[in-house]
Amino acid sequence: MSYWEFLAQNAPRYLDGTLVTIAQFFLSAMLAVLLALTAGLMKLSRNAAMRWTAGVYIEIFRGTSLLIQLYWIFFVLPLFGVTLDKFYAGFVAVGLNLGAYGAELVRGGIQSVPKGQWEAAYALSMSPAKRMYRIILPQALLNMLPPWGNLMIELLKATALVSLISVTDLMFEAKQINGSTFLSAQAFGTALIIYYVFARLIVTPFMRWLERVMARKLGRA
Amino acid sequence: MEDMSQYPTELSGPDVPMVRFMSVTKSYGALTVLDSLDLDVSEGEMVTVIGPSGSGKTTVLRMLMTLETINGGVIYVDGKPLTHMEKNGVLVRADAKYLRRARSSIGMCFQHFNLFPHMTAIQNCMEGPVQVLGLPKAEARERSEELLSMVGMIDKKDQHPSRLSGGQQQRVAIARALAMRPKVMLFDEVTSALDPEVIGEVTGVIRKLVAEHNLTMLMVTHQMGFARDISDRVCFFYQGKIEEQGAPESLFGNPQRERTQQFLSAVKAAD
Repeated sequence: MSYWEFLAQNAPRYLDGTLVTIAQFFLSAMLAVLLALTAGLMKLSRNAAMRWTAGVYIEIFRGTSLLIQLYWIFFVLPLFGVTLDKFYAGFVAVGLNLGAYGAELVRGGIQSVPKGQWEAAYALSMSPAKRMYRIILPQALLNMLPPWGNLMIELLKATALVSLISVTDLMFEAKQINGSTFLSAQAFGTALIIYYVFARLIVTPFMRWLERVMARKLGRA
Repeated sequence: MEDMSQYPTELSGPDVPMVRFMSVTKSYGALTVLDSLDLDVSEGEMVTVIGPSGSGKTTVLRMLMTLETINGGVIYVDGKPLTHMEKNGVLVRADAKYLRRARSSIGMCFQHFNLFPHMTAIQNCMEGPVQVLGLPKAEARERSEELLSMVGMIDKKDQHPSRLSGGQQQRVAIARALAMRPKVMLFDEVTSALDPEVIGEVTGVIRKLVAEHNLTMLMVTHQMGFARDISDRVCFFYQGKIEEQGAPESLFGNPQRERTQQFLSAVKAAD
């Protein structure tokens, strides 16, 4: 059987898997951004309890393996009465994990905004929230976009782990196809190409575009 | 602990100054930057602070902007305490909310301009009036355009700071501070980061302010000629104290203290 025949035969399954992977990617990315912003800001708070809470979150989710976190959320939490459907457990675990990495990017991005910007906003009597939201964050965002681009690629690749709790993503389908056809090179090679194309032709160009748009908004283009 | 009952909760009488530093002390750990400073600035007065680096002159402005907390004494603005607030008849340290309201009567321009890079010149000017004073956008725009015209920057109003020269940025920064209609304006070495050929456009704006507006101003500068021209009074700071102060003609022309003489001749030699 030629590769093209293989592909024609299994295309619908690859397509289904890819759609699930895309869904996992977007949902976990949204969760990661939300958590990163929240934890990153909390880490810079004056309130010690806030800093501590964010610190614990970052430590746990950065310091332990994503796979173990995934198993905890899917297999262990039900023992405490919290049951998540595998699809939810998948993107929640990935989002929590990458959000912890993102929190440090947010914190670093905010700290890289020159002190003079805080002082100028302070001298205009802006409230702390407005200083952050109107003056600091827009500039911090531009500073942290390049490392976020990296993190988004990491996140995409991390979603492959959800196949281990039987979420029917691209990796899961590839394993199934491999199991039924025994054509390992084709089965996993195709998955590999799809991941690469998605990362290289969609995620990276999108992040670059976002950087350009933000740079233009900040008058730096 | 300092006995706060020695400080009035409000200044009254016929000669209330616009700004009063009363026994103000500032230290960083063991290092005393300002030692029991007493300084009054009357309404409409232009006071220039000069002195060697490390003499505490910039700290004076930063304390007045409440960018630095003070370790002793009280600062009053327009008769009301700035760094403190009244509680049961005595002054206690001001909380963040009080400070935010109190400092809104003060505007500041910085050495490095500190314009918001993600906003155009006019957006920089409108930001405070809209976000802090709650002015309608149209009104804030009108006010900002007026001020940008005054500083000669109206034709660049839609440019981002990155497209402006240092002198142009500083002029926008002056307009931005004025848009808040402050009672007191602070200029912290506003020409120090500028190329020599554009210093004139910024000092020109400040001259205009002095000539045409009854604004109380405090300025730290290294431009002695400029200070001499426009100040009502010059204070020479040395090691956290006012070593000598007076009208510019007398301080520059006939300094009494040895430190002042040394400093002025050193500055002259460097020119």
